Amino acid sequence: MKSELHPHPDQSKSRSLTRQETAARVVVFVMSLAAIAIPVSLHYSNKQLEIHARIAETSGWDPDVIRLEVGQPLHMRFTSDDVVHGFAVGQKFLDPVDILPGIWTDLTLTFDKPGVYTFYCTRWCGINHWRMRGTLEVGEPVAAAPSAAEPLYLSLGIDLDKPHLSPVVPDTIPSAWKGAGLLASLPDAAKYQSVDYYLTNSPFQVYENLGNRHLSAEQRWAIVAAIWKANTSPGALVEGRQLFAQNCSACHGTGGGGDGVFADDLGNLTDYEDTSQHSIKMPAHLSDPKSILGASPALLQGKILRGGMGTGMPMWGVIFTEEQVWNLVTYIYSFQFEYDSLLS
Amino acid sequence: MFQRSISDLPIIKRSLVNRWLQLIIQALLLAAFLFMILAGWIGTPVGNHNFSIVFLWIAWWALLILIAVPLFGRSWCSVCPIPLPGDWLQRGNILGPQILDAPLSQNKASLKSVHARWPKPLRNIWLQNGTFLLLALFSPIILTTPRVTSLVLASMLLLALAISLIYTRRSFCRYLCPVGGFIGLYSQAAPIELRIRNKEICVTCAGKPCYNGSEAGYGCPWDVFPAGLTKNSYCGLCLECLRTCPAENISVKLRPFSTDLNQPSTRLDETYKSFVMLGSAMIYAAVFLGPWGQWKNLAYSLFTPAWFGYALAFLVIILVILPAIFLGLLSLDRKKGNSRSAFTAFSTALIPLGLMFWIAFTISFFFSNASYLGISLSDPMGWGWDIFGTASWVWQPVAQSMLPPLQTMALIGGLLWSAGIAMKVARRFASSPIPVILFNLLATLIMLWLLV
Repeated sequence: MKSELHPHPDQSKSRSLTRQETAARVVVFVMSLAAIAIPVSLHYSNKQLEIHARIAETSGWDPDVIRLEVGQPLHMRFTSDDVVHGFAVGQKFLDPVDILPGIWTDLTLTFDKPGVYTFYCTRWCGINHWRMRGTLEVGEPVAAAPSAAEPLYLSLGIDLDKPHLSPVVPDTIPSAWKGAGLLASLPDAAKYQSVDYYLTNSPFQVYENLGNRHLSAEQRWAIVAAIWKANTSPGALVEGRQLFAQNCSACHGTGGGGDGVFADDLGNLTDYEDTSQHSIKMPAHLSDPKSILGASPALLQGKILRGGMGTGMPMWGVIFTEEQVWNLVTYIYSFQFEYDSLLS
Repeated sequence: MFQRSISDLPIIKRSLVNRWLQLIIQALLLAAFLFMILAGWIGTPVGNHNFSIVFLWIAWWALLILIAVPLFGRSWCSVCPIPLPGDWLQRGNILGPQILDAPLSQNKASLKSVHARWPKPLRNIWLQNGTFLLLALFSPIILTTPRVTSLVLASMLLLALAISLIYTRRSFCRYLCPVGGFIGLYSQAAPIELRIRNKEICVTCAGKPCYNGSEAGYGCPWDVFPAGLTKNSYCGLCLECLRTCPAENISVKLRPFSTDLNQPSTRLDETYKSFVMLGSAMIYAAVFLGPWGQWKNLAYSLFTPAWFGYALAFLVIILVILPAIFLGLLSLDRKKGNSRSAFTAFSTALIPLGLMFWIAFTISFFFSNASYLGISLSDPMGWGWDIFGTASWVWQPVAQSMLPPLQTMALIGGLLWSAGIAMKVARRFASSPIPVILFNLLATLIMLWLLV
């Protein structure tokens, strides 16, 4: 019965089975090969400049050095491999571009001047967000030329890391409005109103310099406030506030109290404090009068330009323009003085 | 009891017996499987934009749990691509039985396998319980990280291949595959089965080609003698016995749901599989869909002291606490006699309950993430392609208002279904089903609280 149902295969059937088997092997092999070869060949034939953004702990920007020619448009494709990042180029007025996980964003940039530009992340992507930087090398690499304008803190020889606490602080927030008249009535008002004087003296030094007159402490602080108000403007404060919110508040806090969202995370890292010289330093309290009233604008500019060596405070000199830094400085002082309607 | 042989319908019979249809599906799935390994490795590391994550853990999983297993039992195993390369090497033939130089009757020696049989102490599903728990413990990372998914898939493919070179038949599928274990468990609830028609024919059949192979086909790769099949658990629906049986004594039948569960389980490994699946569904619902973000963070913080705490809790809840509560409730009824046999038998009621828990859980994350399917279909590697014009779909949860009623129906349905099974078991033991129903009610209430 079995042999009736399944006779032994004859030679032709055997050949047919072999043909079918060969066909089956070809089907499996071709399909498997196609599944691998097509994507791989497409992947390696892609010549576009693709930039992956990752949190600094993983790799930061990849690549983080990009070379291009002056005047030649550079087309870049960005994507994030983890969280939301942003792309901007320091000292180049470009609206930051958001880079979303798994989404590709195209951007074309043209640089008119050779040089090394810093690009950086504009989104708070993690505690090491500020480490996410890369460089755009435009044109032929040239020997670093001395900066046209040396930062003031260098020409004045200010030691940025030296403590600069103000021995006295006002009882109430000094009012620039009250101080304006007093300042004008000073016989040597011109000296106090000069920009150089403002840049190179801390509010406390000015307060001290006013000490040999018949002025109350409140009046002297009011004059200081008036001098600081005279050296800012609503536009500067608005830009300073915006820069502060975008770049500083995550650590220093929106009100400058050193209590930004990342401050807690930094605090959690203090376990490492005693184990190496790279101790974690908590963000400065920019609203603390003792600290800020003892710092001159030149010193604050230097701190922003250089960053806090060995701390989490990044170097902003390659990101901000000089004007932006000064605007930020005037905004930081605004925590200490009553400027009336300047910042409404 | 209603039963209808669908393999007697000519068109269905032709489709089932013809090897090409199955092979083409398997070959396509193997290509997709290899593509997933590749996509996971060189595609975007962003999980919800990578084909491997989206199509494996959202599409395939949902298809498996919501349709394939509850309706078609082990149908996935029938077309699973993992054993294909190993089968090829083992038989030297991809489409049918080993090609012999001479007719089988003259060349029996060549059918003697050089492969060893799977070690006897391991011929159970304890290892599958272990492999599932292993994947479950690492699932937060596996399910979200394409490279890890890629590694897991590649490991499964290579392990299956290596096992097929050493041991006979599909030992990986039968004894190691973490997915195969629970598919087997829940396939007992499916309204479909492959069985023999007449036991007498099998008893007198010379050579037992369904098990040993013949010119017509290869022997059961699942190491099952079809005449002994009483439940779906270990039949991988490869359909080879349908092709080899000289007396056409095998049929694929429709039947009422959970017919296999009328025979209570007697094996401790299967009992524990029920607890592993039930407990995993409950813990997943709590950790991944519950409001406790810190638990989710624990599950993700691999190899930290906190994660070891999570892993220990995960294992203790599943392997100790749930079985202990179950056993404790059973012990309230003293008429049950041997506690081990009562424990295994009444655990049968956990099978429909666990299946419906997984369905309720899967409904939630599938409809929440379904929009990723369009994105990933058009841009499978996350390289910015737009093959079908759906790459720009924005993630949007789908049919959210339907979820609570659907999940409630699934959970309540599972409770009633399991109560029915518990009552059948109780009748066999002449005891009360109340303790088991109470256990299932408590578990269902927890799931309702977590999911709905």
